[in-house]
Amino acid sequence: MPDKMKNKTVSDRRKFILRMARGAGITALGGFVWSAYVDEVTASPLLLRPPGAIKEEDFLKTCIKCGLCVEACPYDTLLLAKPGDNKPLGTPYFIPRDIPCYMCPDIPCVPVCPTGALDESSVTTNGELDINVSEMGLAVIDDESCIAFWGIQCDACYRACPLLGEAISIVYEKNERTGKHAFMKPVVHADICTGCGLCEKACVTEKAAIFVLPKEVAMGKVGDFYIKGWDKEDEKRLEDAKEIKTVTEISKKSAIDSLNSGLGDLY
Amino acid sequence: MSLSRREFLKSSAAASAAAAVGMSVPAELEAAAGQAEGGWRWDKAACRFCGTGCGIMMATKNGKIVAVKGDPAAPVNRGLNCIKGYFNAKIMYGADRLTQPLLRVGADGKFDKKGKFVPVSWERAYDEMEVHIKKALKHGGPESVSVFASGQYTVQEGYAAQKMMKAGFRSNAIDPNARHCMASAVVGFYQTFGVDEPSGCYDDIELTDTIVSWGSNMAEMHPILWSRVTDRKLSDPERVKVISIQTYTHRTSDLADTEIIFSPNTDTALWNYIAREIVMRDEAEGIIDWDFVKKHMIFTAGPVNIGYGMRRAGEKSLKDGKYTALEMEIIDKEMKTTVSAKEGPALEPFGYKAGDTMKHTGGTLGHWEISFEEYKKSLEPYDLHYTATIVKGDPDENLESFKEKLQELANLYIEKGRKVVSFWTMGMNQHTRGTWTNTLAYNVHFMLNKQAKPGDGAFSLTGQPSACGTAREVGTFTHRLPADMMVKNPKHRKIAENKWKIPNGTLNGVGKQHIMAIHRGIEDGLIKFAWVNVCNPYQDSASASHWINAARDMDNFIVTSDGYPGISAKVSDLILPTAMMYEKWGAYGNAERRTQHWRQQVLPIGDSMSDTWQWIELSKRFTVKDLWGAWAPSGPRKKALPSVIAKAKAMGYSDNTTMYDILFANKDAKSYKLDQKDPIQAGYDNSEGYGDSRNVVGSDGKVFDGYGFFIQKYLWEEYAAFTRGHGHDLAPFDVYHKVRGLKWPVVDGKETSWRFNAKYDPYAAKATKETGNSHAFYGTLAKALQSGTLKGKDKSSKKKSLANKAKIFARPYMDPPEMPDSNYDTWLCTGRVLEHWHSGTMTMRVPELFRAVPEALCYMHPADAKAKDLKQGGLAWVESRRGRVKARVETRGRNRPPRGLVFVPWFDEKVFINKVCLDATCPMSKQTDFKKCAVKIYKA
Repeated sequence: MPDKMKNKTVSDRRKFILRMARGAGITALGGFVWSAYVDEVTASPLLLRPPGAIKEEDFLKTCIKCGLCVEACPYDTLLLAKPGDNKPLGTPYFIPRDIPCYMCPDIPCVPVCPTGALDESSVTTNGELDINVSEMGLAVIDDESCIAFWGIQCDACYRACPLLGEAISIVYEKNERTGKHAFMKPVVHADICTGCGLCEKACVTEKAAIFVLPKEVAMGKVGDFYIKGWDKEDEKRLEDAKEIKTVTEISKKSAIDSLNSGLGDLY
Repeated sequence: MSLSRREFLKSSAAASAAAAVGMSVPAELEAAAGQAEGGWRWDKAACRFCGTGCGIMMATKNGKIVAVKGDPAAPVNRGLNCIKGYFNAKIMYGADRLTQPLLRVGADGKFDKKGKFVPVSWERAYDEMEVHIKKALKHGGPESVSVFASGQYTVQEGYAAQKMMKAGFRSNAIDPNARHCMASAVVGFYQTFGVDEPSGCYDDIELTDTIVSWGSNMAEMHPILWSRVTDRKLSDPERVKVISIQTYTHRTSDLADTEIIFSPNTDTALWNYIAREIVMRDEAEGIIDWDFVKKHMIFTAGPVNIGYGMRRAGEKSLKDGKYTALEMEIIDKEMKTTVSAKEGPALEPFGYKAGDTMKHTGGTLGHWEISFEEYKKSLEPYDLHYTATIVKGDPDENLESFKEKLQELANLYIEKGRKVVSFWTMGMNQHTRGTWTNTLAYNVHFMLNKQAKPGDGAFSLTGQPSACGTAREVGTFTHRLPADMMVKNPKHRKIAENKWKIPNGTLNGVGKQHIMAIHRGIEDGLIKFAWVNVCNPYQDSASASHWINAARDMDNFIVTSDGYPGISAKVSDLILPTAMMYEKWGAYGNAERRTQHWRQQVLPIGDSMSDTWQWIELSKRFTVKDLWGAWAPSGPRKKALPSVIAKAKAMGYSDNTTMYDILFANKDAKSYKLDQKDPIQAGYDNSEGYGDSRNVVGSDGKVFDGYGFFIQKYLWEEYAAFTRGHGHDLAPFDVYHKVRGLKWPVVDGKETSWRFNAKYDPYAAKATKETGNSHAFYGTLAKALQSGTLKGKDKSSKKKSLANKAKIFARPYMDPPEMPDSNYDTWLCTGRVLEHWHSGTMTMRVPELFRAVPEALCYMHPADAKAKDLKQGGLAWVESRRGRVKARVETRGRNRPPRGLVFVPWFDEKVFINKVCLDATCPMSKQTDFKKCAVKIYKA
């Protein structure tokens, strides 16, 4: 933003909002606010948190709603939940379709966190801050509405991706209908995607066909008891492997109890 | 448009039957079927963005375009589009469309150069234009009246503009933005083939084994063609090779088997290296197709000390001190350079060595025949070591592995039985030796007999939708007339004068006011009137501050016709609201010589009127006695233009006959009738023909109720008559409304896919009837040459005819005039992004595209950013000797330059990069080199 005056106004406005949000808990703003607060304290599973945010459940307990991270963000990406936002009041979040996380290499929002709700160590590699390892969320593609899956040469998400070629890559596929063109379909790689949302911002469909969800929401999880025989890396999951004990409807009784449960209608 | 029930059943059934068997149905039938099925009408058109020429269908409802679809019947794109094409339906409906003429006025209501824009009537606008054109004519004759023309004109608009300028005003100061885009390709074609435009077609992609992209980001700039390249690669991944030769990594390299990052300008050396491999290994390996070469080729050379297309010593603005000492450091090289160590070896065969002073004379197109042995000498310097050393563009790349890549590249070209297509666009054309580089591409293909054959050929792509169709074929360049004729050639002028029914001697034979000469002419005070048509010259020209100062602070009158308020409109004195694309009848010609027409789909917004209308209205204001008297020498024209008034009278015109009556509303024109029973016209608006329901009050203060004849068809047919009979043949107007475009020459109703090839091109077939040769390069320009050596022409030699032959040119690597040094230490390359069209006046108004790419970024290597203490996403100044802009630093994402180079796209008027760029041009083609200048970058 080249205009200095504008900068000033914006930051004044933001400070005001911050003050308001911070004060909301203690200032007597009337029953309305408090009733909203009561509804909004429960964790919202669809919120995107700043880089380095610890698990949502713990985050809500740890974040003191000080707004320092919001103030530190140079792009105005981070918002502080206000009364009526229907989000845990005073906590930081962002809406990538409006302003995504621009993935500053120096991650100014994280080190300022006084409580560890934003955990510096989770965005650090070899002792240096590393935004590329942050896990704010995961981009998900609706291939019905993604026009690249129609054959349109779009890939706006791919070109907008700061980790282009790694977090989003393009899969080529022949377009048998035309006989001479190729599909260029974006594919998100969950292990690299940080959930910054630059793709969601860039997506040209009316409602974004690629959008970021918190990782827990967007991803499934496979059990650690099966390891890909063709992938050495996959053995890492064995580190978490636990003793296996299974219970189903049929096995919930002990063996002896079920053996002694009578022959019923077996004959 | 109403349909009877019977017609409905008929057309509906026909359309679905046709769809079922996969054949294309006539557009009007399809439109009728469409209308019957829903509340909307579908009709065919061509995409507005880029030279690929995708076919689209527009859905119109209640007089507005509501949707677009790719045309499944269009052979180029088969129903697909890129993301700009996807938004064709939205481009005309930006909230700030210009709807009324706007004039700068002072407090007294009179025109005031320093005044603010206020709405005025069309009549007032034309009164002002008339006054200022007359003032300009009085000041400096026809050379003082100029037009910034366009490769985005419809064919008819370009033709109307050219006719009024050249036949009416007798001014050749009309030149298109296409000059910036592919003039080097044009001169390359003229020099090599003697005639303009590619020999191949897009089918080459499906037929080739090798696609080499030379300095071209086809993945972003020609996405639909790139998806065809991708499909070709997928169809045979082992056999098909894709090579990406670029100055920085971009999306085209994604698909490539090999990426070669070269140092700016050294593509000339790389082409010569490949040629050297061909020539030096020929004896041992039998590489050259000597039978083909002996029958079809001659070897040629020309002078090398031709300058860099900048201003020359003695020009008025230089003498007036309008250029700073810093700027003069570079401009001085136009007159004299010291041969550098880098270019020294390459120039040795031409008689120069490193350290020599080279005195430059202004660019010349002259060349002469040389022997093969001389040509061979010119290639000697380009051994692998010299080539790799000067060409390697990434300082962090290993020289030895780079050499391997060059060797691989040469081997792919050379491999017997391997088909190769070389593609390029701006990268090779925007180059101070752009014409040379174009000719060097053909050298390689010719020696291998891999040109003008299915799947084989060097193929120059175009950036604009009608760079070929309008700028080149119609000839809206300063030096051209329709169908490859030249204003310089008296025979050509006579042909045009006869066709236009104007006196012999009317046309001005000096066509030197190319686009940069127009800007410079305004700055020098020669040009006093300039009209901007379908382009944005105040954003798209390098050294931009000079031209804006000249427009705003000098005594002149600048008019801009546009749909939206871009930089050029802002810089103007008068703005004319202009009908866009689908608000008028039109035609475009794409890069494979395919001509496509469309009908007016909707009424223009506000009081907008088409460029055709605007030109015709202007013609009403000027009479024989205003324009056709004698004119004293002016500007580049050293002789007087004679009066042709007496001859005009002998033809039945009078002093007061208007140009409207002569050029546009003559007997021929009126024979093209408006007719709602004509299936081409039925149900479609024709704002120029009939006027329309908006009842726009026209240039005479009365409601415009139409010319009363089918003006667009008249302009087409009169123009097409120029093209027929000598290899440019266009089909009749009505035919184009029934097909998905045709590739000219269209002979006996059949299009031509490969020119110059006797198997496919009827003109080549005719020319080779007796010899039985495979090809005939039948272009006629510069087809009789003297002879000489690399060092010069033998002045006593006789001119020899080379009918049906093409040329192989000896041309060395040379440095560009501005290169990084200790102060300005970084190369700046500019270009485009997929999401935005040119200067962004249209696409920046499509919310989705704006959101996707809201601003131009400065792409740079992370190590450079670190060394300059710049932060990813932080602001930096990009500063050259000419000016500076602020841009955000981007070290990630789509473009990855090597250390020492930055890339800044030019679409964003807020990151006005053309203030930084240098207006050096190829001295032969006069095309600006937007790809190279030296900058320093520092924290903002």
